[in-house]
Amino acid sequence: MAIKVWQPGLLTTVQDSGRIGDYALGMPPSGAMDSFSYAVGNYLVGNGDGAAGLEITYFGPELEFTEDAVIALTGAEIPPKINGEECPTWEALQIEAGDVLSFDYLKNGARSYLSVAGGVDVPEFLGSRATYTLIGLGGFEGRALAEGDEIGVGPSNNSSSHVGKKVDDKYIPTFGKEAELRVIIGLASYRLTEESMEEFLSVEWTVTPDADRIGYRYRGGELRFVEREQPAGAGSDPANVVDFGYPVGSIQVPGGVEPIVLLNDAVTGGGYATIGTVISVDRSRLAQTKTNDKTKFVSVSLEEALRARKENRERLAGIRESLG
Amino acid sequence: MVTFSCIRTLLWGKWVEMSGMDLASPRYSYGGDEYVFVELAEAMSLSVNFRAMAITNKLKEEDIEGITDICPSNASYMVRLDPDTLHPDKLIERLKEIDAEVGEATGFELRTRVVDVPVMMEDPWTHETLMRFRDRHQDPEATDLEYSARINGHENKDDFIAALMGSPWMVTMIGFVPGLPWCYQLVPPAEQVEVPKYVRPRTFTPKHAFGFGGGFAVVYSVQGAGGYQLYGIAAAPVLDVSQKLRDFKDSIVFPKPGDIFNFRNVAQDEFDEITAKVEDGSFEYRIRDFIFHADRSLADPHSYNDEIKGFLYGD
Repeated sequence: MAIKVWQPGLLTTVQDSGRIGDYALGMPPSGAMDSFSYAVGNYLVGNGDGAAGLEITYFGPELEFTEDAVIALTGAEIPPKINGEECPTWEALQIEAGDVLSFDYLKNGARSYLSVAGGVDVPEFLGSRATYTLIGLGGFEGRALAEGDEIGVGPSNNSSSHVGKKVDDKYIPTFGKEAELRVIIGLASYRLTEESMEEFLSVEWTVTPDADRIGYRYRGGELRFVEREQPAGAGSDPANVVDFGYPVGSIQVPGGVEPIVLLNDAVTGGGYATIGTVISVDRSRLAQTKTNDKTKFVSVSLEEALRARKENRERLAGIRESLG
Repeated sequence: MVTFSCIRTLLWGKWVEMSGMDLASPRYSYGGDEYVFVELAEAMSLSVNFRAMAITNKLKEEDIEGITDICPSNASYMVRLDPDTLHPDKLIERLKEIDAEVGEATGFELRTRVVDVPVMMEDPWTHETLMRFRDRHQDPEATDLEYSARINGHENKDDFIAALMGSPWMVTMIGFVPGLPWCYQLVPPAEQVEVPKYVRPRTFTPKHAFGFGGGFAVVYSVQGAGGYQLYGIAAAPVLDVSQKLRDFKDSIVFPKPGDIFNFRNVAQDEFDEITAKVEDGSFEYRIRDFIFHADRSLADPHSYNDEIKGFLYGD
């Protein structure tokens, strides 16, 4: 069983739940940017957690299935079509050998997930099939899909029994052009002046064209650093610190004018002051924003972040249960 | 050199604390819900890095359930955890105890390796790169080496190169991209080199470039963007995804925190020989297992460094 790539779309990559445990080597996790939509896709087609699928960015691919398959599309609203006929999302669909999946223009969100029963079958690298394009490892030959590729799919049992299962509307997230992202302030936030921290949390930021799997850059405010004699080893710019580790989701502001949220394929450390971290649940929401969308950062406590995490887990469990 | 630990200063109409060399106590902070970040000091020093290594080594030994990554860095460290298994506050509680047990890391001994790292200084590739990005540099009229030599009080670039190659370095952090080592020289604070990063980062850096930024030397493991001053190019890789070379059979990444690297300036012919060996898969780094005594390094770095180099290059 294989998927033939007729057209690759803008950026279509093999992703899973990520490469965890090698951060100390400088290896970012990669993996699905919207982990919620990705997880639900696997539930729909009856895959185990962590099965690999395709992450489709902004503009969808055109794919032919060489054999019968069960698939689901979750995440952004990029209306899918089978042999030119529009088909539903957030639902397990039967595909017949020779069917062609294509997409209409993006309506909402930014990233859609194609899950296929049996999972996309590419070699694992350090325990994951996620693509990390910067080094060219994982995924399909370490890169985004290209015209003419043939992607293997693993075997699946009894997948046709899933056909027709769909996610209840109440569970389906909506992605407007305005996002509110919860942040735990901390790390080297002492480097920002108090006024600038207030500004960071009150400004409506705009997503710039520099918004990808490495990180999202924003414009809209100007932040200032507390004046200090730069400590040994840090370098001379006031935004510089002695190089340290960057959590996934951490926010830095080189130059004061362009906050960057680091994401799944980001650098794991460096010498710019970080001021806080987007909580893990809200990175799925962030992944569905795109250039020119508006974003507000809201400060929350660890307890609130852990509650949000618990709610997210319960929500996923609810979906899984509802799908039987 | 700032030697006080804490001063108060008036900024934008209010008093704020400004830390100097060392923090009275580490800053424990949440990196979202999945990370704990601990800043031991704002300033880099060998003693603070030894502390970071001692704490993270101890933490690794404890093998606590719920921890997925332990990342020592220069003057800080970071732990990634699964908060559903281990509450971040519970981890911080334990980290504070470990910190107290480690203390100033006096008597810190490190089972490590000493490694010969051949570098061709003033090579054609990084030279072409730095000339191409002159408009992003502090001093477009000079090369990165000439500029760095001047602001660090060296007579000329050869004198500066001699200082870089004269004393070994400790790998104090790995990251940015897979396999990239940050290295801090085992010399007294007054002799530490310090340079700014480029005014605006380059969009290109050749693979294996030997660069310098802030107080750290690095070897870029892969081609990519970068803002460090460029001095030369390493002859052998620090990252081998195919794991073809013997030194990479256990890990795609060669450097380990605590490794002692001695950068050695090689000429074109030796560089070419090494390149050929890397290509045919026969290259091996010169490595000697070593027990590093932090106290000896801090007390008399130069004579200890001579001993380290003698050990590395002796038979």
